[in-house]
Amino acid sequence: MGLEKLNSLYREVILDHSDHPHHKHALPDATHKITLKNPTCGDVINLDIELDNQDHISDIGFTGDGCTISQSSASMMTDAVMGKSKDEALHMAKTFSDMVMGKKHPQKDLDELQDAAILSNIMTFPARIKCATLAWWALQRALLKQPDGDIDSEKEE
Amino acid sequence: MDSTLTKLMRDFPILDQKVNDEHLVYLDNAATAQRPNQVIEALTHFYQTDNANVHRGVHTLAERATADYEAARRKMQKFINAAEPEEVIFTKGCTDGLNLVASTYGEANVSAGDEIVISIMEHHSNLIPWQQLAIRKGATLKYIHLTDDGELDLDEATQLITDKTKIVAVAHASNVMGTVNPIKQLAKLAHQHGAIFVGDGAQAVPHMPVDVQDLDVDFYAFSGHKMMGPTGIGILYGKRELLEAMPPYQFGGEMIGFVHQQESTWAELPYKFEAGTQNIAGAVGLGAAADYLTQIGMTAVQAHEQAIVNYLLPKLEAMDGLTVYGPQDPAKHTGVIAFNLEELHPHDVATALDMEGVAVRAGHHCAQPLMEYLGLTATARASFYLYNTQADADRLLTALQETKEFFNHGSREAK
Ligand SMILES: Cc1ncc(COP(=O)(O)O)c(C=O)c1O
Repeated sequence: MGLEKLNSLYREVILDHSDHPHHKHALPDATHKITLKNPTCGDVINLDIELDNQDHISDIGFTGDGCTISQSSASMMTDAVMGKSKDEALHMAKTFSDMVMGKKHPQKDLDELQDAAILSNIMTFPARIKCATLAWWALQRALLKQPDGDIDSEKEE
Repeated sequence: MDSTLTKLMRDFPILDQKVNDEHLVYLDNAATAQRPNQVIEALTHFYQTDNANVHRGVHTLAERATADYEAARRKMQKFINAAEPEEVIFTKGCTDGLNLVASTYGEANVSAGDEIVISIMEHHSNLIPWQQLAIRKGATLKYIHLTDDGELDLDEATQLITDKTKIVAVAHASNVMGTVNPIKQLAKLAHQHGAIFVGDGAQAVPHMPVDVQDLDVDFYAFSGHKMMGPTGIGILYGKRELLEAMPPYQFGGEMIGFVHQQESTWAELPYKFEAGTQNIAGAVGLGAAADYLTQIGMTAVQAHEQAIVNYLLPKLEAMDGLTVYGPQDPAKHTGVIAFNLEELHPHDVATALDMEGVAVRAGHHCAQPLMEYLGLTATARASFYLYNTQADADRLLTALQETKEFFNHGSREAK
């Protein structure tokens, strides 16, 4: 039965994150904010980040609407980057987008991503790669203080 | 119909394949239809025997290619019952045809203070050309909204269309709601106020008999690929007197009368609007698609799709947690059915259905203002065509049921 294959995409962890997303709230004192849309499906993420004076992520939260994959990816991303420095977080965003495009990375980098590493499976569902990447692109663009936008305008590497 | 249908299926080899280990059920016909062998063979035949540029040579192949191209035009003229072949212009597709009207007729006839009336259910290609024209000219763009049952609000249309209105542009059939709009009535209303009516026939021409003279539309655009023809070819129908009075759309070869250093004259209709080398093979393929549909009969096509909708729609509406958008009455619904399943995101639903071999679309269907009006970000959409069967409808229903169970943790715990 075809739906069994769905288990490889919608793993328990992913469904748990989308049912009970972590850090799904706005931050009134955010130092970095961004709204990013995926215009092909209407998904939206509003990401709020608080950097402390050492440039570490002292708090992070998101709001918005989206599919199971984009919601759980956002939830896992916030878990993974909490407490990290800006540079570490940017590096993780790069690891993640490389990973879903099938590029190799050292295991150490993948471990850093924690639960989010499980989304490497998304490669076999090409139509869903953008859903998984939306949150990480938002992270990267917010940290670099880039303007709000659509992910279609992003160059896929 | 059954044995005819089995025979017909053989014309579509693409449908006879497995996708994700399941037999393919193709329900994304509103995006693009599949092509029968007859269309593919017409393309091959043209390239293998007749290919040359048209209207440009005295040699035999050029004559044959020209004859093929013009024969295709006459087939399309008959298909929509236009009065003359000169009123049938080959375009790249529906979008191209609508842009042509906005940037020629629209540019020449709309001024500051004028009004353009469209509906809230328009596809972006029958919306943005008018929106941008209105911005360029300082005109106002007005929207006809919907009744509770997802039909066009004709009372509102009567209020909105006034002597200030220059253009009324509405889809003949919606690519989201499955609604058929009363465009004959709208065209009449437009004419009573001295406005012209532009019909978007992208979702109508492939699925029902269309007679542009009976509808009395001024312009009417549609795409070849949604009626089993090739991509990159479409038709713009326009009434002769309007087309004659309009400036050309693009300039170049083929569309000229005489060219001098400082001025030019334009070719006769329809060539005035066909600048540059056209999609000749595409036109031939579209003609073959029209032949194919004519042989089956558009009334039969419509009846076949209606029978599937009559069977499927009540079952979808009865499914726990499933919401169908647009008319709930099957008699008022085309084979385009937009829906959402519980709180599930349509992308998750479409991925799950794909794993079951059922191809549907998920998204905003190029109708963001409609989505916003309905308070939605996206929907799933199943759209049927003449090669779909009741068994396909059953496959959709079963797959939806299984999707629901999967996301309600059923199959998660079984693993
Ligand atoms: C109602 C409607 N109008 C216009 C179009 C545009 O057609 P095309 O993309 O072939 O130009 C579509 C296609 O999706 C449509 O459904």
